Amino acid sequence: MTESTNLTVSRRYLLLATSTVTAVGTAAAAVPFVRSWNPSAKARALGAPIKVDIAKLQPGELLGPVPAWRGQPIFVLHRTEEVIARLNEQNRNLADAYSKKSEQPDYAANSTRSIRPEIGVYVGLCTHLGCSPKYYGEVRPQKFATNWQGGFFCPCHGSRFDLAGRVEKNLPAPTNLPVPPYQFIAETIVLIGDDTQAS
Amino acid sequence: MKSTFVGMVIITLICGVSLFGAETDWELEPMKPDLKDQDSLQRGLALYRDFCFGCHSLQYQRYEKTADDLGIPHDLMEEYVLVTGEPIGSYMSNSMSMEDAKKWFGAAPPDLTMVTRVRSPKWVYNFLQTFYIDESRPFGVNNKVFPNVAMPHALLPLQGVAIEECFGYQSLDVLLRDEVIEAAIREGTYEPEEYDQGFGRELNCPELKVIAGTGSMSEEEFEQATFDIVNFLHYMGDPSRQARMDLGKYVIGFLIVLLIFAYLLRREYWKDIPKPARSPAEHMPTEH
Amino acid sequence: MSESIKNPNWLSRSLAWVDARIPWTNTLEKHATKYYAPKNFNVWYVFGVLASFILGLQLLTGLWLTMSYEPTSEGAFRSVEYIMREVDFGWLVRYLHSTGASAFFLVIYLHMFRGFAYGSYRKPRELIWLIGIAIYLVLMAEGFFGYLLPWGNMSFWGAQVIVSLVGAVPIFGPDLMEWVRGDFVMSGITLNRFFALHVFALPAALVGLVFVHIVALHHVGSNNPDGIEIKENKNEKGVPVDGIPFHPYYTVHDFVAVILFLIAFCAVVFYAPEMFGYFIEKPNFEIANSLKTPEHIAPVWYYTPFYAMLRAATFPLFGLDAKFWGLVVMAGAILIPAALPWLDRSPVKSIRYKGRISKFMLGLLVVSFIVLGYLGTIPPSPLATAIAQIGTMLYFSYFLLMPWYTRREKTKPVPERVTGGH
Repeated sequence: MTESTNLTVSRRYLLLATSTVTAVGTAAAAVPFVRSWNPSAKARALGAPIKVDIAKLQPGELLGPVPAWRGQPIFVLHRTEEVIARLNEQNRNLADAYSKKSEQPDYAANSTRSIRPEIGVYVGLCTHLGCSPKYYGEVRPQKFATNWQGGFFCPCHGSRFDLAGRVEKNLPAPTNLPVPPYQFIAETIVLIGDDTQAS
Repeated sequence: MKSTFVGMVIITLICGVSLFGAETDWELEPMKPDLKDQDSLQRGLALYRDFCFGCHSLQYQRYEKTADDLGIPHDLMEEYVLVTGEPIGSYMSNSMSMEDAKKWFGAAPPDLTMVTRVRSPKWVYNFLQTFYIDESRPFGVNNKVFPNVAMPHALLPLQGVAIEECFGYQSLDVLLRDEVIEAAIREGTYEPEEYDQGFGRELNCPELKVIAGTGSMSEEEFEQATFDIVNFLHYMGDPSRQARMDLGKYVIGFLIVLLIFAYLLRREYWKDIPKPARSPAEHMPTEH
Repeated sequence: MSESIKNPNWLSRSLAWVDARIPWTNTLEKHATKYYAPKNFNVWYVFGVLASFILGLQLLTGLWLTMSYEPTSEGAFRSVEYIMREVDFGWLVRYLHSTGASAFFLVIYLHMFRGFAYGSYRKPRELIWLIGIAIYLVLMAEGFFGYLLPWGNMSFWGAQVIVSLVGAVPIFGPDLMEWVRGDFVMSGITLNRFFALHVFALPAALVGLVFVHIVALHHVGSNNPDGIEIKENKNEKGVPVDGIPFHPYYTVHDFVAVILFLIAFCAVVFYAPEMFGYFIEKPNFEIANSLKTPEHIAPVWYYTPFYAMLRAATFPLFGLDAKFWGLVVMAGAILIPAALPWLDRSPVKSIRYKGRISKFMLGLLVVSFIVLGYLGTIPPSPLATAIAQIGTMLYFSYFLLMPWYTRREKTKPVPERVTGGH
């Protein structure tokens, strides 16, 4: 009897067809299990856009990393006129001065990486391994850089970012701090996480 | 053997059911929810917000999910339902403190997220329609489906004032009846037949009647309104129900296709096996 | 092996490499391609495979549920609703698991009935049977612990009642009860330990026992509806003449059974996951409330026959109260099938060749089990209790009278070769 378990042609076809349908079914059955690992509706709700009031944010100050969007620290930076004026003087020292490789919405792919030149909004996570950089706004020599022009310094692996969140050359972080989708819904209110009505 | 089994089992089950049938005092009107009727669900939400939400939270559900499932844009939800100004991702709890509620009602108003699963849509539908005036109760109303419920008639402005419509008895309660009979016996005027005709039958109030003009809705409108609320609560009890039923068709359909292939494959392989000859008569299994 | 030496392509070379290090081909042959099963299996012989399938399904869905479940008295109920409402397809995973529990018991009861009818517990399969009873006990515990986890009001009171049973043990009862609960009432502490047992200890025990159950089965070989030992009739190659290789014949056969099962299972999961209050009871949609007992408490349907027998003990005996005897009756009813291999004195195994009394008694057993199961779901009444008492006696008489009626009755001659089937 064992000898007669030969694979006839019809058996081959039936085996192939049944296995194919079973494979499709198994794959389909895996979908719910895989999908259930997605952020749940609740997690997505907690990751809903946040409103940030910048009325009291003085030039030179940083709001953040308090306003968390999707649990990530967000930097909202008010740059002084003087900073904006000299922001692009050091471009040759930056890894991606024109934000070609970095993550930002189109409306922030400009020389200040922002919608309004004075207000910068960045995700405060280093693009190297995800530590949150610290803000050093003043122009004065620091331990990590004698010629410090103001910006962000990551304590984990020493990446340095300028006041538009752009990373310096030859440091671990490959790209600039990401710009989240955002828009101004009033003169002094930024909506972070939603840019559907942004012009 | 098999037929004896089945026979025995069926007979015992029939006996069992007739012996222990369920009993209800108030006959419930049928109610069949329709989760595909999104207008009804939306009206139900609006009515719930106006007449129920003040006391009864829906704390296991979030505003956003309700809005998305019911096809309500977020800004409308924020403007009309989420009046407290919380984020739309919050749970639909209400602001009433449980201590206050206990003080006012004697018991905290229950959360109603799954009330139609604890009771049934039919039960809630009938409950909402059967409040009636009963001055002996703290809120001046009682309920036919849930006697002595500690709750005012929230939908009174819509339905109007309902009173019991009683048949086949004199308008004397049982205590009074006993007094009258005792008095008659004392006075020697007691004629059992005469009194039994008047008092003999039990108080029986099988219907409620709404006093015309006391509510803002007609009877049909009110039935629709309660239907909408219960329909909404039915959605609330198990929000995935409709998606589940929709998906089920495809899953079972697919399995039937797979069954055909599996059956053909099995038949093909089992051609190898010579059928065991139907055994001699004395070896025949008894159940065939 | 000899073939792979003649034609050493990469596949057979790697297989030989593996086989030299782990008995892969050997195991496959022993348990599948050269495991000879009787060719006359009927429909009753699919439930073992189905039970294994459901075990796998429960392990998978259970694992997924623990990813979102919170075993605390504050969070448990809400986290179940979180799974039902917020997690993508969480409702499906949850309903698969809750329906799977009932399906598991249904299939196990049918599997056990098969053993009763065809004498699968008889020599040389006594250990398979005892291991099977152990699996059933673990499964009952697994179901009981799992039932508390949703922390609904029925979960709470059901567990409260069953744990209180322990209190019926003379002398130690009350202390034992507190020890099991870890508290003076059912509480988050109880929930936490039940969770640990439900998701780790008992599933591990189940998997281990099922493994041993199958190893023992494949060691002695399967029984069949005729109760004939196919190993006693081998051909010149040493292959039982009435045996066929499990793979491919029974794999393709059982595959059909699995799909048929899945169709019925999915119909419940997608269209009636509460099964009208029998799989998920209505009070369980309310959060556990230690001050409010549901109007009517009954265990889930798969425990109700034993629960009815527990309630049927209504009078004290030998100075011990009825509560204690209820516990004894229930425990006895659950454990007595373990004695079957030694109670059955019939010269034949299968019900096909047993006499009229055996058939009648088996029929009575099934009827009393179903009637008791129904009685366990309804509130007690004098009539229900009386019927339950009769049912309990009938249930026990199947076992206790067995040595007498199996020896006394006239049996039919057993054929040499297997019959029927296909």
